[in-house]
Amino acid sequence: MSRFFLPLAIFGIMVGFLAVGLTLNPREIPSPLVGKEAPAFSLPQLHEQDKVLARKDLAGQVWLLNFWASWCSGCKTEHPVLMELAKSGAVPIYGMDYKDQRDEALAWLSRWGNPYQMVGVDLEGRVGIDYGVYGVPETYVIDKQGVIRYKQIGPVTEEALAKTILPLVKELQAK
Amino acid sequence: MIWLALIALLMPGPSWAGEARPLGDDPAVEERLKHLAVELRCLVCQNQTLADSNAPLAEDLRREVREMIVKNMSDKEIIDFLVSRYGDFVLYRPPLKSTTTLLWVGPFVLLVGGGIALVVALKRRGKKVADAAITEEEHRRVEQLLSEGVKRS
Repeated sequence: MSRFFLPLAIFGIMVGFLAVGLTLNPREIPSPLVGKEAPAFSLPQLHEQDKVLARKDLAGQVWLLNFWASWCSGCKTEHPVLMELAKSGAVPIYGMDYKDQRDEALAWLSRWGNPYQMVGVDLEGRVGIDYGVYGVPETYVIDKQGVIRYKQIGPVTEEALAKTILPLVKELQAK
Repeated sequence: MIWLALIALLMPGPSWAGEARPLGDDPAVEERLKHLAVELRCLVCQNQTLADSNAPLAEDLRREVREMIVKNMSDKEIIDFLVSRYGDFVLYRPPLKSTTTLLWVGPFVLLVGGGIALVVALKRRGKKVADAAITEEEHRRVEQLLSEGVKRS
């Protein structure tokens, strides 16, 4: 019996490692920017091109920065959740139209609805790189001091909103 | 005829059949970009380097790196720029840190462990062989079989 013990133990350990590995999502890379100041940007707005959306104008409030694009399927998935959130008025959402075409972005918003207070246009994806975006949609929770507190990789789900984002927003707003 | 064909094959090909022109114009910049891009991971297709990947993000990052090279930034500054945004994951070679110790040391620990296990197993087996006593009768039979084998060959 003892000669089976060692191989079985090794097998058990390997199964344990693999089981834990399967529950991890390799696409979720922890952001080094959480806890750091949100990178500054100043970009033309989507709706009124001669106006500017700048990070410094958004200071003093807790806000969400949502990178999206009309070509991005995950953005369509999270869109109803964002619409509900915007309707509730719990936290302002600012959009960043990432590497998109203006007319298509405008058509997308008028077709599905616009949850954003304002939308900036990141035509070349440079602000995206500053924020460490590697796949839209990505959403950042930014506090009153302009520090990134949380990054949602992939679509904002109702679960992520209820369990993580909204409690965090409330906590940050109370500060 | 064969000679003619051979001579035709040996003739240098048309000079326009060169490599694709690199995107940048300065070969020195492209050389540094190539050198850096193989060390950096594409975050979209995670098993590809920035040099290999055709993902739009990889193209954008190559553009950023190219611009930083033109600005004469050092390799370390460029890598720090990317690590501050994307984390250590962007590096193909993970740095040696407290969180990556197991990753770096693990294979050697396994190797040493395997070596010790092998030595122990071999010693045990050696003892077993030495302990196996044979009787006088068995010894005689072995001698007999061996001598028969010699005769046969």
